[in-house]
Amino acid sequence: MAEINIKNVAKQFGKTHALHSIDMTIKHQEFVVLLGASGCGKTTLLRIIAGLETATSGEVWIGDKRVDGLAPKDRGIAMVFQNYAVFPHLTVYENIAFGLRMAKLSESEVERRVQRTASLMHIEQLLKRYSGQLSGGQRQRVAVSRALAMEPDVILMDEPLSNLDALLRMEMRAELKSVLAESNTTTIYVTHDQVEAMSMADRIAIMDQGQIVQADSPVEIYRNPAAHFVGSFIGNPPMNFLSANNAGNGQWLVGNTTIAGPQSDKPILEFAIRPEDIRVGEGSMTVEVRLLEPLGSHTLLACRLGDTPFRVIVDSDRAVKVGETLAIDPIAERIRWFDPDTQLAL
Amino acid sequence: MSTAGGRVAGNDRLAHWVFIATTVVLCGWVLVPIWLLISNTLSTASEVNSFPKPVVPSLNTENIQFFLTFHGAGNALWNSIQVAFATMIMAISVGAPAGYALSRFDFRGKNAFRVLVLMTRAFPLPLLALPMAILFIRVGLDDTVIGLAIVHTTLALPFAVLITFSLFSGIPIELEEAAWTLGCNRLQAFRKVILPLVLPGLAASAIFAFVISWNEVFAAAVLTIEHRTLPAFLLQSLDDAPLHLKFAGGTMLVLPALIFIFLVRKYLFAMWGIANR
Repeated sequence: MAEINIKNVAKQFGKTHALHSIDMTIKHQEFVVLLGASGCGKTTLLRIIAGLETATSGEVWIGDKRVDGLAPKDRGIAMVFQNYAVFPHLTVYENIAFGLRMAKLSESEVERRVQRTASLMHIEQLLKRYSGQLSGGQRQRVAVSRALAMEPDVILMDEPLSNLDALLRMEMRAELKSVLAESNTTTIYVTHDQVEAMSMADRIAIMDQGQIVQADSPVEIYRNPAAHFVGSFIGNPPMNFLSANNAGNGQWLVGNTTIAGPQSDKPILEFAIRPEDIRVGEGSMTVEVRLLEPLGSHTLLACRLGDTPFRVIVDSDRAVKVGETLAIDPIAERIRWFDPDTQLAL
Repeated sequence: MSTAGGRVAGNDRLAHWVFIATTVVLCGWVLVPIWLLISNTLSTASEVNSFPKPVVPSLNTENIQFFLTFHGAGNALWNSIQVAFATMIMAISVGAPAGYALSRFDFRGKNAFRVLVLMTRAFPLPLLALPMAILFIRVGLDDTVIGLAIVHTTLALPFAVLITFSLFSGIPIELEEAAWTLGCNRLQAFRKVILPLVLPGLAASAIFAFVISWNEVFAAAVLTIEHRTLPAFLLQSLDDAPLHLKFAGGTMLVLPALIFIFLVRKYLFAMWGIANR
């Protein structure tokens, strides 16, 4: 069993707080993605779990073992690095066997595991090559094989796909997901790519400025962002935000339209709706179309509601012209409200 | 349009010729003395003293043979080799860990330390040599191979530190970290991953230390009497020797250094930031 418990972990670099008191439990065999913009602390958190970085305070537990004082080699983890870190002076076979030989496994067991993980990652034919003779995608496969061969309790991945080109990334994404699902390991995966996070994770932890803002299933994160930041970070394009004035009795004035919302004494709330959760051609809100971006399956309209940018997604069959004024109707059950002071969802 | 294009092309051509001329001058600057040295070594005594000289030397090996059988020359050569080897070993075993620390760790005063390492080169050796000679006599290190090697190590150390610093910095830290997660402690990761990768460069910086010691004459002349190294020996005994023997001695000194520089040029460029960064 490899449940990971992160208790109160904080990290300071000089006077900068890279991590503010992180608490998180990752279940056995769960696939958790740490998602955030660069500098949000996600890689630091991963490296603290790996033992490559020391936390300023707090505890890290893997299973029933406290590991924050242990060297990386004693933590039962394996790691895949962004730049692959395939040893250039060793062949692919020796790379995959490296950790197994360090663990003093019998040569027949080493052979068995190298062959197994190499065939899992489809690199059997490359075993005699050196990393200089491999493409980026192949090196990535070697790095993953090397980690899997250790049969670790926990696999840590630091942006493993971000150096690959788009097509290869999509292919590897699906492959990694299925390989990891079969490997019985707990996985923590760091990325800044929300598509990667949404498509692979059991659970996504959104990080911002050294804190976990929300940790939930991908759909929950998308539909019910816990904070303004999550709504503006997840989704391409992100949520639309409009300021709403209290009209009393749970009614809120958004633009020139009154919309039913939460009961509150606050004078102003933030109204939020995703661009695809809008019916076009009905309703009393109006927006002016400024720009069309046809994307094939749908068309993205960059509009303005007063002075505020507002995006709407419509079916690509619909004829819309730049400069046109559109009537829109936000789907009531998809509307979310945020407190402008705390930035949190109501 | 065409005139502007022509002018640019003209500038290009001029720059091209300036580049070639500079290269020729610089090559001549280095190669002509070396050629004179070698051709005179391979000439007979009368040819050396005559003028004008034959373009192709007579390939006479008499000077070299005389030199090799010259009393004390063999001994001095052997001393030089011993001192140089000791210097090489000490410079690398002290310099490489310092280079590693500089490239891998952040510590207070790191930049000051780097400058300080270079500053030792600015310190004039003659100022140091006399107090050192007295100190060495007191401790009993005077006129010994190891004593001279210690002095040479202080000369070679800055280069050893800076070259190895550049070598270690050229190796991504992730390789080491990967080794740690795969079951290595720091020492094992160094031995199994880093060492094989830096070995060629390490060898080059060792040879560099070797040559620094090989060419050093001042400390060698001051600190040794019986155990003279080759440069100190030549300085002392070839002072009054005939010209053709001086040439032979000079060639014996220059040749190892030349061969070395040729072998390790890649790493020297790396150190000076030309090649790989």
